[in-house]
Amino acid sequence: MIPASFAYERAQSVREAVELLESHQGEAKVLSGGHSLIPLLKLRLTSPTVLVDIGGIAELKGISAEGDRLVVGALTTHAEVAASPEVRRHLPLLAEAARQVGDLQVRNRGTVGGNIAHADPASDLPAVALALDAVITVEGPAGRSEVPVEDFILGPLLTALGGSDVVVSVAFPIPKGKWKGAYEKYPHPASGYAVAGVAAVIGVDDGGTIRDARVGITGVGDMPYRARDVEAALVGNPATEEVVRRAAERADAEGSFSGDLFASEDYRRHLSKVYTRRALMRSLP
Amino acid sequence: MASVFGTAIKRREDPRLITGNGRYTDDVQLPGMLYAAILRSPHAHARIRGINVEKAKRHPGVVAVFTGRDVAGKVAPIPTAWLPPDSNIKTPAHPALAVDSVRYVGDGVAMVVAESRYVARDALELIEVDYEVLPAVVDPEKAMEKGAPAVHEEVPDNVAFHWQAGSDPASAFQDAEVVVRHRFRQQRLIPNAMEPRSAVAQYNAGSGEMTVWVTSQNPHIHRFLLSNILGIPEHKLRIVAVDVGGGFGSKIPCYADEALVALAAKELGRPVKWTEDRRENFLATSHGRDEVIYAELAGKRDGTMLGLRIRMVANMGAYLSTAAPGVPTILFGLITVGPYRIPRAHTEVYGVFTNTTPTDAYRGAGRPEATYVIERMTDLFAREIGMDVVEVRKKNLIPAEEFPYTTALGLQYDSGNYHGALQKALEMVHYEEFRKEQERLRTQGRYIGLGWSTYVEICGLGPSQIAGAVGFQGGLWESAAVRVHPGGKVTVFTGASPHGQGEETTFAQIVADRFGIPVEDVEVVHGDTDRIPMGWGTYGSRATPVGGSALAVAADRILEKARKIAAHMLEVSEEDVEFADGKFQVKGVPTRQVTFQNVVLQAHLAWNLPAGVEPGLEAQAFYDPVNFCYPFGAHACVVEVDVETGQIKVLRYVAVDDCGPVINPMIVEGQVHGGIVQGMGQALWEGAVYDEQGQLVTGSFMDYAMPKARFFPSFETAHTVTPAPHNPLGVKGIGETGTIAATPAVVNAVVDALAPFGVADLEMPLTPEKIWKITHGRDA
Repeated sequence: MIPASFAYERAQSVREAVELLESHQGEAKVLSGGHSLIPLLKLRLTSPTVLVDIGGIAELKGISAEGDRLVVGALTTHAEVAASPEVRRHLPLLAEAARQVGDLQVRNRGTVGGNIAHADPASDLPAVALALDAVITVEGPAGRSEVPVEDFILGPLLTALGGSDVVVSVAFPIPKGKWKGAYEKYPHPASGYAVAGVAAVIGVDDGGTIRDARVGITGVGDMPYRARDVEAALVGNPATEEVVRRAAERADAEGSFSGDLFASEDYRRHLSKVYTRRALMRSLP
Repeated sequence: MASVFGTAIKRREDPRLITGNGRYTDDVQLPGMLYAAILRSPHAHARIRGINVEKAKRHPGVVAVFTGRDVAGKVAPIPTAWLPPDSNIKTPAHPALAVDSVRYVGDGVAMVVAESRYVARDALELIEVDYEVLPAVVDPEKAMEKGAPAVHEEVPDNVAFHWQAGSDPASAFQDAEVVVRHRFRQQRLIPNAMEPRSAVAQYNAGSGEMTVWVTSQNPHIHRFLLSNILGIPEHKLRIVAVDVGGGFGSKIPCYADEALVALAAKELGRPVKWTEDRRENFLATSHGRDEVIYAELAGKRDGTMLGLRIRMVANMGAYLSTAAPGVPTILFGLITVGPYRIPRAHTEVYGVFTNTTPTDAYRGAGRPEATYVIERMTDLFAREIGMDVVEVRKKNLIPAEEFPYTTALGLQYDSGNYHGALQKALEMVHYEEFRKEQERLRTQGRYIGLGWSTYVEICGLGPSQIAGAVGFQGGLWESAAVRVHPGGKVTVFTGASPHGQGEETTFAQIVADRFGIPVEDVEVVHGDTDRIPMGWGTYGSRATPVGGSALAVAADRILEKARKIAAHMLEVSEEDVEFADGKFQVKGVPTRQVTFQNVVLQAHLAWNLPAGVEPGLEAQAFYDPVNFCYPFGAHACVVEVDVETGQIKVLRYVAVDDCGPVINPMIVEGQVHGGIVQGMGQALWEGAVYDEQGQLVTGSFMDYAMPKARFFPSFETAHTVTPAPHNPLGVKGIGETGTIAATPAVVNAVVDALAPFGVADLEMPLTPEKIWKITHGRDA
């Protein structure tokens, strides 16, 4: 598997990366961990003339708690997220999802920024990002901006990133009060991508009533989505298994479902409900 | 000294391989080497109106471009080397590169040779081919229908061969109280050896000698076939295949690509390398299985099996690959009765051309299909008569006292204790307890199931006389040469061709055991036709029973001569000398002894040899077995089905195998484990899918699900030991048993788990959605 030839540039800073992308006017692609891009290059499904390697930019690495959110640098690998004490303490469901990304090699090389920028419709991370209302920091020719994940992922392999934009970090707000979350995944036996993946968060008040519920679903169709019907069926109700069971039945009310060789649209609709229920059950505080 | 035969010593090949010091074909680097890339057809069936290679030729770094017309007179068509007799077999010419028509996606159309593999790959995109796309057929039964597109004009009905065995079992069916009929689909599998195929060729114009490094399971077969294809005599053609990263049958065939690389090296006067990429491996390396099987089993209500009728339609792909016709015929058709006493049986096989990648042997080759059908039919029969599946098996398994046993299909099973293996497995499984637990869990809405597979297989290929009788275009004996060096170290040369099975270790154990010397003192050489004697390679679980036996015979010849010399040294007659633990000793006089090493040295010094004894100590043997080997066993699989999603979890896997005496338990375990994984792969995950246009939809690891370690529990393995009576080691093969046994054990287990849903059979692979449709009342 040999890609078409391309030029290689190594950026030393985010600013330089943006400038390089700008100077190549849509002909360049950002290379981070390479675990999504390089297979595409080898299959010759994409043939950019230039790769801008951001792998050496120190400011894009690391995880830090900033106020009530965890900020994960774009170059942080899935393995680092999964192993991070900060993530495990504050957002265990993020660690849980990171642990299930691809295989060991992918987790060791693949990055959070690359993952979110690639926007694979069966990727794990977007489900968690949706459930936590993550915000993506993007740097482009006009400077930095923050984009909520729901405005960032626009379709299959399609994001709000401009041709000269670079993902700087993904900030995951830490839910307040008493809450629990979980990520439940049905991995494709060949690719390891989610046939269905559901990230759930349930927050309760002191009386045991659900005051906050968030459900992000990936893998079942063209793009990950927030299951707001499920959330609405939870909020205001007691945090019981019966409530969860009924709410999970609404998992396919939104989202665009599609089928493939392994799992039909019907089956994926079914899975969305089952995995929503399973994730929510584990999220009952 | 403890015997090294039967000891779990570590594989000596592993340190080399896992530290990157192996020498695979793609590791070969030669000065001035060029790189080839092959343009492959994107269409399953098309006429080539024209090919324009001018742009590719002008691309900087490209040295040459070859089309089908360029090579037509120089490379003979790729032959088929297994031609079952009385089968009206058709072998339409298989050109090394397509000339007028392409017949499957992946068929070679042109070859670019360039200064680097990158340039070669880029230049492929500059070749312009004008295709007239023709209708394609991918399903073997549809290919037989009237009006189906003909893959080859000269074979309008697409039937490549029609073969039969056994006699008409009509009387059994007349006497039957019960007849069970079923159609089975053996899905197409992709072998996916870890190492892709590769070839490097170097031609010496001065001497006329050609060396080809190639990913081969059988270098001498490659030499034999390439010699004919290229017109280079065998004594000028050297084939090297030392480290080969797995084959599973897919590296038996001689491929067009290998001949093309050799031609390019000769034409261009520079070494040429070609290594397929993974995408090519999916498309252009042989596939396995892909058959439709109609089975009818006649029996009595008391569980007695009376007769078996099998009709198979085998998808051969676009051409008949090297050994392909032998797979559905001899290796399937003769063993459909399995381990059961079925007095009447008949097999009929149609081999059919389609616009798909050619199929050939894939681990087990025919025997997994036969085992699958008879083991599924046994369960269906038990279900029909309301009898426990184990009781039906016990009733019909050939009893130990009836061996050697000649089956209704004419094979003579050499030895066996089928009930013994089943009994051991029953004890390991705790069968009665399992049934109680199954009942208990069902009341909680949980569904576990247990599946059995009592199997026998035919391996250790095989007696050459039979090879000839069944149309194999070669012998099936094996060679060994043993060279004892003056200092007592030993080099062994084998015609078998290990490519992952560990015979560098086990063969050293055989020889060290016989000579009573440390195993480290024995080196095993294989895979280079300039170093080893003529031999037939590794496939059909033959290396140890046939190649190992050749080695034992050769080693015994060494000992015979050494004994003469020892007797002379000890000044006694030969009869008074005994040999044990590496020492020749005067019987009853332990103080009078000479070591093996001492005798070896004297043999080489030759200062004082007995009259009529030649100096030196080397022996060679060509061992032709008198029968095949018939390993057997009983496997049981326990699964739990999540009826909400259809997902299957394998809870336990119990394997009791009998391959005769075990030379190295660790290597045998490794073979059993790998085999089980591959067999379960077919049952649960793997399956190549073509669309109607003949495009391979499962053309990468993103879609084609290979089994992963995390899918499995720890396997529970055990052995019974029933020696093969006809070879000097008593050994039978173990390389394929797991793959042969596991597939039906898993499917039987899932069907058992889903019995409350009225499930009688499921088509492989048992993907969760199929199960979900059943458990949710939707038609699968």
